[in-house]
Amino acid sequence: MMNAFTPPLALALVDIGRIISLTLIAAGLLWLFIRAIKLKEVERRVIFLFIFISVAAPILFPTVFKEKATPVVKAVFDKIESLPPGSKVLLSYDFDPAMAPEVQPMADAFSRHCLVKGHKIIYMCLFATGQGQFTRTMENVIRPEFPEKIDGVDYVNIGYKAGNEGVLNVIISDFKKMFPTDVNAVPYDSIEVFKGIRSCKDLDLIISIGGGRPGIKEWVLFVGDPGDVPIATGVAAVVAPQLYPYYPKQLLGLLGGVKGAAEYESELVAHYSRFKDSPTPALLMMGPQTLAHIVIMAFIIIGNVLFIQGRRKEGKR
Amino acid sequence: MKRTTLILMALVVIFFALSWIFKAMAFKGVEEHYILQGFLVTLAAFLTLSIMSFLYKDNPFYKFAEHLFVGISAAFWMSMGFWSTIVGNLFPRLSEGMSNFFKVHYIPGDYNFFFYVPVILGILLLMRLSRNYGWISRWSLAFIVGTTAGLNFIRYLRSDFINQVSSTFVPLLVDWQGIGHFFSSLNLSASGQFIMMLANWVIFLGVMCGIIYFFFSKEHTGLFGRASRVGIWILMITFGASFGYTVMGRISLLVGRITFLFRDWLGLNI
Repeated sequence: MMNAFTPPLALALVDIGRIISLTLIAAGLLWLFIRAIKLKEVERRVIFLFIFISVAAPILFPTVFKEKATPVVKAVFDKIESLPPGSKVLLSYDFDPAMAPEVQPMADAFSRHCLVKGHKIIYMCLFATGQGQFTRTMENVIRPEFPEKIDGVDYVNIGYKAGNEGVLNVIISDFKKMFPTDVNAVPYDSIEVFKGIRSCKDLDLIISIGGGRPGIKEWVLFVGDPGDVPIATGVAAVVAPQLYPYYPKQLLGLLGGVKGAAEYESELVAHYSRFKDSPTPALLMMGPQTLAHIVIMAFIIIGNVLFIQGRRKEGKR
Repeated sequence: MKRTTLILMALVVIFFALSWIFKAMAFKGVEEHYILQGFLVTLAAFLTLSIMSFLYKDNPFYKFAEHLFVGISAAFWMSMGFWSTIVGNLFPRLSEGMSNFFKVHYIPGDYNFFFYVPVILGILLLMRLSRNYGWISRWSLAFIVGTTAGLNFIRYLRSDFINQVSSTFVPLLVDWQGIGHFFSSLNLSASGQFIMMLANWVIFLGVMCGIIYFFFSKEHTGLFGRASRVGIWILMITFGASFGYTVMGRISLLVGRITFLFRDWLGLNI
C-alpha cells in the first residue's frame, strides 16, 4: 500500500509500471483496430486478456482519482450528518460474498460515519450470508477503529431471519416478534439500543445495502412507504438503474455501485480527518474501473468499425 | 479419461499443495491455526482460478467449483434458515423443553396454536422428496404463492404504481419568477433552477414518448410517429445506462477477485 512514507524508488517503479502497462494496452488496441480495418476477426480470449490486463495493471500500480459526491450520494451523507447523536439507524446487510467487492466498502463507510457521529446502529440481514459480511465490518472497522463502542449499547447485531418480505411485514409493526433476541441470545428487552423502539417506525433512518432480492425494493415496498420511514441505500451497480425512479420521494439517497461508494468514501475523508488513513477500497477500485471502461469503449468502436467495413464489402459484391 | 488430462490434474494438485505449504509457512507466527488458514486461502485461490478457467473453455475444474458452490450455497441457506427461524423463533414460543435442548431463550406466554400451521406446511413441503406423495407439497407451495401474491399486490400497487405516477407529476417550471430572473440566475449547478427544470422536462417528455411507443391502437405516423421515435431513443438510452452499470458491476467483481489473488494469495504488498 502506498502512502507518504513510500520510498522514491518505489514511486518511480510504480510510474514506470503504469507507463509500460498503458503502452501495452494502447499498442494492443491499435493492433486490434488495424485487424478490424482488414476485416480479420479477433478471438474472444484476446478480449478477456485485455480486460485482465486493464484491471490488473491499476491494481499493481495504483492510480487514485479524486471523487466529488453527486447530489444522490450527498443526500445520504447529509442525512446521517444531520441526525442528532444517539439516533437509531438500521443497517441491513442484504448481500452475499459475490456482491461484497462492490457493497462491502459502502457498508464499512456507513458504519464509520454512524459510529463517529455517535448514532446507535442496529445490524440485521435479509440474506443469510449477510451475517458473515457483518463480521468483516466488525473485524475491519468496529474493533480496530472504535474499540470504545460497546456491543448492545452502541450497536447490536440481530442477525438473519428467513422469510424475505415476510420479515419486513412483521418488523414494520413489531420488532420483537421477529427478533426475540440478538445473535448472542441476549433478550430483546435487555438490549439498550432497542430502548424506545417497538417497530421500524421508531427508527430515524434505515439503510439497506445489497443488490439482490430481498433487498432495497422490498424495504421500500414493505417498510419505507407504508411506515413513512426514511430509507437510503447502497446497491450493486447492476440494480441501481431500476432504483433511481424511487429517488427522491421514496428513497432519500442512493449509492450506485463502486462509483457511489467511492464518492461516499471521499466525502467521509473530506469531513473527518481521523479517516485519512482508513482503508478506502472503493476509491482504489476506480483506477481499474476507469481503464477497463476505456478498453471496453475501444472494443465497442472496433466492433462497429468491423461491422461497417463488413457491410461495405458486402455492398461492393 | 485421457492420459494428458490426468497428468494436468496431477500437476494442478501438486501446484496447489505446494501453495498450501508456502501459505502455511507465511502465516506461521501470525495466525494461531496457520495450517488451516493456509489451506483456506489456497482453496479460495484454487476455486477462483477454476471458475475463471471457463473463459478459456469448459473443463473439469470449472465443473467441480460450480457444483461445489451450488451445493454449499443450498446447504448454508438451509442450515441458516433452520437455526435462525425454527430454532431461534419457533421453539422458544412452542416448548420450554425444546428451548432448553437447543439452548435458546424461552419466551413464556407467547404460545399460539397457529404456530403449528407453518410447521405442518413445512413438513408437507418436504414430501416433494417422495415419488408417491410429492403432490402433497403443492399445498404448501400454493399457500406460499398465494400469500406472496396477496402481500405484493397491495405493496406494488401503492409503491410502484400510485407513488410512481405521483412522482412523475413534476413541476415543469421550477421556482419560476419570470424570464428575467431565470436568465440572470442561469447556472449549471445540479441543484440550480435550469438543471432542475431540464430534469423535469426530460422526465415528463420521456414518460409521454415512452408510453406512446407502446400504444399500438394508432398508427405511428406524423407527430405521433415522431414522439414514438423519441420514445424508442429514451428506451435505448435507458438500456445503455443499465449496460454501463452492469459493466461497472462486473468489473468490480473482477477487481475483487484479482485483488484477492494478488494480495491474499500471492502476498503482494498492494
